[in-house]
Amino acid sequence: MSEFDAIDAALLAALSRDDTQSAGKLGRMVGLSQPATWRRIRRLRSAGVISGRRLDLNREALGFGVTVFLGVKLAAKGRVSLEDFERAVTAIPEVQTVQHVLGMYDYRLRVVARDIADFERVLRRRIMALPGVGSIEANVLLSEERQVGPLG
Amino acid sequence: MLDDIDRRLLRRLQADPSQTVPELAEATGMTAGRTQRRLDRLKEAGVVRATRAVIDWRQLGYEVVVSLRFTLDKTQRTAFDEFIAAAREIPEVIEIQTFLGKVDVRLGVIARDIGHYQELYRSRILTLPHIADIEALMHVATVKSDEKLPI
Repeated sequence: MSEFDAIDAALLAALSRDDTQSAGKLGRMVGLSQPATWRRIRRLRSAGVISGRRLDLNREALGFGVTVFLGVKLAAKGRVSLEDFERAVTAIPEVQTVQHVLGMYDYRLRVVARDIADFERVLRRRIMALPGVGSIEANVLLSEERQVGPLG
Repeated sequence: MLDDIDRRLLRRLQADPSQTVPELAEATGMTAGRTQRRLDRLKEAGVVRATRAVIDWRQLGYEVVVSLRFTLDKTQRTAFDEFIAAAREIPEVIEIQTFLGKVDVRLGVIARDIGHYQELYRSRILTLPHIADIEALMHVATVKSDEKLPI
């Protein structure tokens, strides 16, 4: 986005923490009027800097006790269709994110499950049944923090 | 603690977090007042942590996304804490995760371009304490990223 200044950065940081704050309240924080703040927020959205909204839910409270990151390597490269793999993997409800990566794996998946037994079910019945899967490496998430990013 | 109505409400809201209370009320067949009270209760109980704006870093000129996976020198008892405290100081680090498995810590790092990444890698990443090994995964494309829970 052109002309992204320190006030935009402060607004963006505040909205990434809580996107339900009023323009009036945000305006008082950055020292702008409510309409001027509202125009800035609208511009961040229309420029696509804010691409959407995400509901941040407490996984444990909803019964999802286990999050696992999987590194998936496809077998017989060139013979499996990436589109087939991607279509099938994104349809699995327990798979939260899918990233195509370069390095020692082809895909990186974030998977949630109720517990380890449930994870085993997802892994065996869904992930290992995906077309073209070669090897899988699993790492169980212990803690996670998100930083606001280079907005200071 | 959560009943079917709560789950239905969260499922709807998760699918589109921009919905208004009247829209949600109509979709779930409750009055707006009851819907609002349910939502307030879910927030107070900490089930709903926040509604966050999603930032598209590409639009701000960050073209490179890398997952850096670290193995730490665990003979140092303070390795995790010191590593994580130092990683928090790097503005381009947007995610810090710890694991049980082959990888100890993963950092999600963004950079403007390969040159910028190279500079960050040399001056900020390689200088982090207690690193035993690093692997990098360069993100080519995000296929799915909504992080929805199968409620």
